Amino acid sequence: MRHKKNPVDLIFLLVSGLASLSVIALIVGILFTLISESSLSIEKFGLWGFISSTDWNPVKESFGAATNLFGTAITTVLSILIAVPVAIGIAIFVTEIAPNFLKGPIGAAIELLAAIPSIIYGMWGLFTLAPIMANYIEPALQKSIGSLPLVGMLFEGTPMGIDLLTASVILSIMIIPFTASISRDAFNLTPAVIKESAYALGATKWEVVRSIVLPYSKLGVFGGIVLSLGRALGETMAVAFVLGNNHQITSSLFDAAATITVTLANEFTEADTDIYLSSLFYLALLLFLMSFIILALAKFFILKAERKYP
Amino acid sequence: MMTIEQVRKLKSLIALAFCTLAAFFGLFWLIFILGDVLIHGIGALNPSLFTNDPVPPGIEGGGLRNAFVGHLIITSFATLIGVPVGVLGGTFLAEYARGRKIARVISVLSDIMVSVPSIVIGTFIYAVLVKPVGHFSGWAGAVALAIIMIPVVLRTTEDMLSLVPWTLREAAFALGAPYYKVIIHVVYRAAAAGILTGILLSIARVVGETAPLLFTSFNNSFFSANMNGPVSSLTVTIFQYAMGPYSSWHSQAWAASLMITVFILVLTVLGRFILRWRYGKRPTI
Repeated sequence: MRHKKNPVDLIFLLVSGLASLSVIALIVGILFTLISESSLSIEKFGLWGFISSTDWNPVKESFGAATNLFGTAITTVLSILIAVPVAIGIAIFVTEIAPNFLKGPIGAAIELLAAIPSIIYGMWGLFTLAPIMANYIEPALQKSIGSLPLVGMLFEGTPMGIDLLTASVILSIMIIPFTASISRDAFNLTPAVIKESAYALGATKWEVVRSIVLPYSKLGVFGGIVLSLGRALGETMAVAFVLGNNHQITSSLFDAAATITVTLANEFTEADTDIYLSSLFYLALLLFLMSFIILALAKFFILKAERKYP
Repeated sequence: MMTIEQVRKLKSLIALAFCTLAAFFGLFWLIFILGDVLIHGIGALNPSLFTNDPVPPGIEGGGLRNAFVGHLIITSFATLIGVPVGVLGGTFLAEYARGRKIARVISVLSDIMVSVPSIVIGTFIYAVLVKPVGHFSGWAGAVALAIIMIPVVLRTTEDMLSLVPWTLREAAFALGAPYYKVIIHVVYRAAAAGILTGILLSIARVVGETAPLLFTSFNNSFFSANMNGPVSSLTVTIFQYAMGPYSSWHSQAWAASLMITVFILVLTVLGRFILRWRYGKRPTI
């Protein structure tokens, strides 16, 4: 190794090495700090006791994460359900349908959605989308499918616009570019020869997409979906504006709720007792672990897809 | 009666129409959101926004000078901390540790760190930099933003350095240059445009961050450039003003949103343009 001969080179090696190790140090540091800060709450409530309790009562000093986990789960799942079909449609449009001169601009425009900061989504959601939801979309949903026996439960109550549904719609717009961008890369990995063979057999464009491109790229697309899931899980400001921070488990999508992130954003600076603050750190720890695992999974799928079809 | 070919063609047409619709659906939201910010924001823009500090609601002529300056200071310090660490870290992965397992591991971990919820980083910094000293500080906010920047800069630097042909380094080695000189004088120069793009995009990424500032730099209704105390930022101010009851607050929040959005979009488009022009590729988001 030539760099060992020169002392300056050795210093440069060490400094740059330390800089790159900072990433590992940060991850370990975050994990240990969050664990030690939440130790008070972990001791008092335990793991199962914390995640299964619906209590969130600063006065009685009794805390549980169930309502927050519920809000996070519902908004995340709902936003994925809305975003994934749209994002895959966009990726198909950009890779297979659009004329060449439109491919770049439309793809870039969709990716610009990811550049808009979440606080802007929040502002827009609160002042523009929420009234539209409350006045038009939610009453329409209530009138049409709200009267069905089982599904109707989801659309009960007065539409206020500050609720789970609005938050999920905003989240879905935010994660569309992530799924779309990664699906687009995955679609582009499909060898042209195979697509051309299918066309030569007389397949229509949709048949090529469905039977050649999609099966070929399913790992990458799946990775993109899981990445979006990880993103949606930790999104804070966009949801904080329109969810209402109401700690409850509800069957109706027209009710206010709270996610882990919204609780942290709203209550962190208000926590006046040690156990309150410690419970908030406990929530942050759960969020960190969940998103880290989900993002690692996403990375695993995306890497596997790239390795399989280089 | 339709033949089987006609049915297949019709099916294809319908499916492709839905995909096209999806693309327009995506574009619709982009135009809707940007247009909305533009319309609300432009109406609220006025010179006093930049020259005056906030006044109590009900009094005319207040501005957000404190937030603009505070935001600039916090972001600048975050850049000063985050960029050197990120660039050096990326250099290590692409040069000294090239092809080693450790480079691969750190690279993947950075990719994960890029997407870790920023509010978690806020709570972490609160625990290590705010709680021990007993007060919020601009430094804490800057460090929180720097932590978000590091993996972004690190990954783009690594990618951009890897694109520099190995033969270029060999040519410099052959002249007897030590590795650090090769990196600084040959590799960095060849990859300058790419590294600059990474820095631009990472600034665009943190300028709009709110969650990590909520309980680190907090907020300040007065003009303060003291990094040891709470410093006002545009994003936290937007959050506070938008959730507040006064319509003058709301219009100031829109104006601030417009300024931030325009700034970020300019940086992002510029970064993407450099990448396309110099490397013919697009950034990973």
